[in-house]
Amino acid sequence: MSQTTLIVGLDGSDAGKRALDFAKTRAKLIGDCRILLVYVIEWSPFSFQTAEENEKRHARREEELNLAHERVVGPAVQQAEAEGCTVEGIVKHGDVADILESLAKTHGASQIVVGRMGERNMKERLFGGVTGRLVAASSVPITVIP
Amino acid sequence: MKKLITSGIAATALSLPTLAAAQEAVSFDQKVNDIFAGSTGWFVNLIFMNLPGTNFPWIVMWLVVAASIFTVYFGFIQIKAFGHAISLVKGDYSDPNDAGEVSHFQALTTALSGTVGLGNIAGVAVAVGIGGPGATFWMIVAGLLGMASKFTECTLGVNYRNEYPDGTVSGGPMYYMVKGFKERNLPGGRFLAIVFAIFTIGGALGGGNMFQANQAHAQITQITGDFSGVITGVIFAVIVFAVIVGGIKSIANVTEKVVPFMGVLYVVAALMVLIVNYDQIGWAFGQIFEGAFTGLGVAGGFVGALIQGFKRAAFSNEAGVGSAAIAHSAVRTKEPVTEGVVSLLEPFIDTVVICTMTALVITISGVLVVDPATGLYVLNEAGTAIQTADGSSGVALTSAAFATGFSWFPYVLAIAVVLFAFSTMISWSYYGLKAWTYLFGEGKTTELVFKLIFCFFIIVGAAAQLGAVIDFSDAMIFAMAVVNITALYFLMPIVKREMNSYFSRLKSGEIVKHKH
Repeated sequence: MSQTTLIVGLDGSDAGKRALDFAKTRAKLIGDCRILLVYVIEWSPFSFQTAEENEKRHARREEELNLAHERVVGPAVQQAEAEGCTVEGIVKHGDVADILESLAKTHGASQIVVGRMGERNMKERLFGGVTGRLVAASSVPITVIP
Repeated sequence: MKKLITSGIAATALSLPTLAAAQEAVSFDQKVNDIFAGSTGWFVNLIFMNLPGTNFPWIVMWLVVAASIFTVYFGFIQIKAFGHAISLVKGDYSDPNDAGEVSHFQALTTALSGTVGLGNIAGVAVAVGIGGPGATFWMIVAGLLGMASKFTECTLGVNYRNEYPDGTVSGGPMYYMVKGFKERNLPGGRFLAIVFAIFTIGGALGGGNMFQANQAHAQITQITGDFSGVITGVIFAVIVFAVIVGGIKSIANVTEKVVPFMGVLYVVAALMVLIVNYDQIGWAFGQIFEGAFTGLGVAGGFVGALIQGFKRAAFSNEAGVGSAAIAHSAVRTKEPVTEGVVSLLEPFIDTVVICTMTALVITISGVLVVDPATGLYVLNEAGTAIQTADGSSGVALTSAAFATGFSWFPYVLAIAVVLFAFSTMISWSYYGLKAWTYLFGEGKTTELVFKLIFCFFIIVGAAAQLGAVIDFSDAMIFAMAVVNITALYFLMPIVKREMNSYFSRLKSGEIVKHKH
């Protein structure tokens, strides 16, 4: 039987940690299971920027990737590996829901695990938060950890 | 009596209306203006010299000939690649692994925020005021041709940009002049780059700064009544200082978000005025086409319409000027041609869409005085421009034209003008700074010196009169085009090579859309 893949959305919050813990437990029960730890840096190619921001964008992007790996993904991967799980950390720019969904497709994941975020602002109340959009668009089962 | 007042004000059609209440301040403004006009006049005359034996400025010919040559040389790229440009901006060809880098959309909108602004509102009013509605036709022609110039310079800008070890990029005509000329074993690249950088600093202080401050002040006084331009200048200078020296991002961020919104609002408002007057749209287009070839009796006739149209188009979309090559260079792409293709859209949006809207609204609104007996436009007493209903010119004329549709629009326009002026200043402070550091080297102190000079010129611009400011701004921007287009002629074979390679790979399926 081929390896099972679980995708976990991390955001540096406690909810993300709980999602990871949940996935680790499942992975141990499944046995031959790989966890993809995904951290998404919110970014849109259709935002407006000044010329100065554009000039420094490439350098900023590298910085953001490094920081995310260093502060959030790296430690989580280390800890999970120490607990005997097979894990891989991924950091990407874009829309959280889009990225989790596309990674699930390309890696043939069997489910996505995310932590529930409280609805935070007007926009999210109107258009739904990340979790809501993910649930609406996903091609694989989603587990939302409260 | 009313007629007398109208024509009296119309005689000063190209100067800001001045009131006795601000007598002391005006005399100070006058001094600034005199010194300014006196010290820049010779350069303005040189740039706008007529071709021998004609009344046609050589510089306008220079821009049109260049744009036409690029159009033919690249096989009407503006038509051929228009659809592909939209596809690129949508991100169809962007590698998802490059997410987080500057996108085509961002490079385009950054460049647009430097060009969409007062040129579209005030510049068009000046063109139509002097050259009549016929100027619009030539403006559209210049916009369409200018797309090819823009393609050429932006492809080169990305191709020869500098990428530094710290991950930042610097690009623009200075770099393609030096590196491109070296590649082709041509002498003089360094010399052109230095001259270009000097003119860019002038352009940044002129069209990118003083003209903006001047028209923003004119717009504010329309609503508040007259007061000294120095006050507006100082306030603007302080805010710009806070952004470019103090690094107060929040102000820049607010403008970056509000400006596109204002741009859309402007086009929507223009469309509404046109819809309300739908029965006159046919007539307005008739005026535009007829005026384009006959002049309809305006100052300078057919040639006057043509010169005004081309001049204002070039000033508005900056095609061939070289400024956009600086703004577009930051995009992340392996194919420089893609950014050239995307930049095609810039003159299209700026000139063919937005400028035409303004021109149509001015023509339709009836703010230009027509002699009912002859159907021709009535000139002001000085014979320099068409008499307008309330004697206004520049941005005030656009404001009056929109007010015929929505009485409240001048207030919205005032806010839009101030914001456009502000975002254009921020963009040009960057272009100017790039030229400045190219000449004097990077470093905190040299950068600060330029930024302080830039802020000082905001005050001068707000206080000086429109005539002197517009002449100097035009002259500097066109001087950039003289140097830049010279370089483009020598480097266009490189662009052609890149273009042919890119489009053949696109056709063969080697370059494909990414799934998102």
